[in-house]
Amino acid sequence: MSSPPVTEASVSGVSEGRFWFERERVLGPLFLLPAVVYIVALVGFPLVLAVLYAFSGVTVGNPRIDEFVGLDNFRSVWTDRVFQKALQNTIVFTVISQVIVLILANLLANILSAEFRGKRLVRFLVLLPWTTPVALGVLGWFWLLDSVYSPIDWTLRFFGLLGPDTALGPARNMYYLGTTELAQFSVILVHIWRTLPLATVILLAGLTAIPQDIRDAADIDGAGFWRQLIYIRLPLLLPIMAVATLFATVFAFTDLTIALVLTRGGPVNDTQVLASWAYFRGIQGGNLAHGAAIALFLLPVLIAIAIAMLRLARRSGADEGS
Amino acid sequence: MANVSNAPEERTTNYKSRRIFGRTVLYFGATLFAMFAALPFAWMVLTAFKTDNDLYNPNNNPFIYNDPPTWDNIAFLWNETTYPTFVLNTLIVALAVVVITVLAVVPAAYALTRLAGRWGESLGILIFLVYLVPPTLLFIPLTGVVADLGLQNSKWSMVLVYPTFTIPFCTWLLMGFFRGVPWEIEEQAMIDGYSRIGAIWRTVIPVSLPGILTVVIFAFTLTLHEFVYALAFVQSSGEKTVSVGVFTELIRGDVYFWQSLMAAAALIAFPVALLYNYFLDRFIAGFTLGAVKG
Repeated sequence: MSSPPVTEASVSGVSEGRFWFERERVLGPLFLLPAVVYIVALVGFPLVLAVLYAFSGVTVGNPRIDEFVGLDNFRSVWTDRVFQKALQNTIVFTVISQVIVLILANLLANILSAEFRGKRLVRFLVLLPWTTPVALGVLGWFWLLDSVYSPIDWTLRFFGLLGPDTALGPARNMYYLGTTELAQFSVILVHIWRTLPLATVILLAGLTAIPQDIRDAADIDGAGFWRQLIYIRLPLLLPIMAVATLFATVFAFTDLTIALVLTRGGPVNDTQVLASWAYFRGIQGGNLAHGAAIALFLLPVLIAIAIAMLRLARRSGADEGS
Repeated sequence: MANVSNAPEERTTNYKSRRIFGRTVLYFGATLFAMFAALPFAWMVLTAFKTDNDLYNPNNNPFIYNDPPTWDNIAFLWNETTYPTFVLNTLIVALAVVVITVLAVVPAAYALTRLAGRWGESLGILIFLVYLVPPTLLFIPLTGVVADLGLQNSKWSMVLVYPTFTIPFCTWLLMGFFRGVPWEIEEQAMIDGYSRIGAIWRTVIPVSLPGILTVVIFAFTLTLHEFVYALAFVQSSGEKTVSVGVFTELIRGDVYFWQSLMAAAALIAFPVALLYNYFLDRFIAGFTLGAVKG
């Protein structure tokens, strides 16, 4: 560094700027204004509006939100059997898919942290579910799980597992999206498919950030693979695993696209989740108040996740300071 | 004596076989994961070039071309459907969203990293968390807002609403870039007589062009990814974008134009994936919330 040391005086002298609006106290807020106005007007205000909707009688035909109806919407939404099913599905789909994602993401991140031939291609392919528009990828699954032309069914028939007089027969097709258990299984599978890349790349970033000297020291001390995994990698990776899980959970928990494109909540509402049920009641059914009330049931979990995330961020910030 | 000389040799063969085993597991695992991830896309591409005769015979082996591959489905998609309109709408919406995002994000990220001092970082994290407010929670009230503004059934409703997720995400992304800017160059420009805005324009912006390009790419791809708002706001096919248009217009009641449908999906999915993949490292850096340093 050959530049002369910058003194306090010269910094503040420069920072005053030439025009009145270039003073830091003015320029900072001025620069933030467009972004903040956008977020307040189109995220903050609609969030408040969602709450107002949920306590009013608003429908597409009757856009009045000033009729306060108290908890009526929540009550009538709650007593609906489809809603209870949707609430249960939302929790079950999210928990099952995210537990599996956490395990698989650890495996996949370890694979991708190794060097091997064709790694770039593998990385590109493995990330496809996250890098492509979700609606289009799920459309591929929709066709893959088709009731008549599914290639999985063809393969099963080919090996004599499906069709008349076989283990999975006598039907010639499995109807993956047409029977309750298989449809629920399919939705969970597609959730795993979709969020695995996100969790993996976040974990991978954590894995490659483990300092090489720690690994070397462990190697020299004779720590084997499992020992290194349990005593070094896992504890060091715990915060980043939490980040990966929280993000992936948000996407799985609030997903509407997979539910709509893959099953449309069917068969007979068996794969309905809160997001899709809010869509069917609120937008398709035109009852905005009910739709808003249903969607608001997502809020407590989202707030909990946001708080957990802030604490994680603050902790890593504190580490940096020390 | 023989025992002593044998021991290291034994150890190396043992090590070798373990290494071969490890490599085999590695390649096997990598192949399995890649196949699972790529499965629906492979199926898309395979389907897109099949003839009706070939496709709609459940006894045909679905993994090969029983009839020679054909371009007819793609020609049909391009000439006989509204797909070109969807593509055009998508590009218009994406470009407009990119412009709005860059205009809002560059000053905001500058203010948060350069002017706000200690609370800049905290405010930045708060803005990033806005990205996680899901469309699921907002699409119902926003449908009302869009209708009040007279934008229902118009692609401009998406132009208005999409920056709500591109701005938070890209502000956070660009803050990461701005942290690495050597601020002396800006100060030097001001000492040389440029105004603050002039100094930013001449020093900070050129140095951060890679960061701004990343913002452009992500605003663009996130727009192409969006589905929920587009589905809720727009019903007339002339205003639809690809991800919703393909899903709602190429499936007419019970009639599915499967080959064209798959071609339509693949034609957009792969370019977007390539773009996204190229800039992915920046995306991850944003998502790890500073929990990873490196």
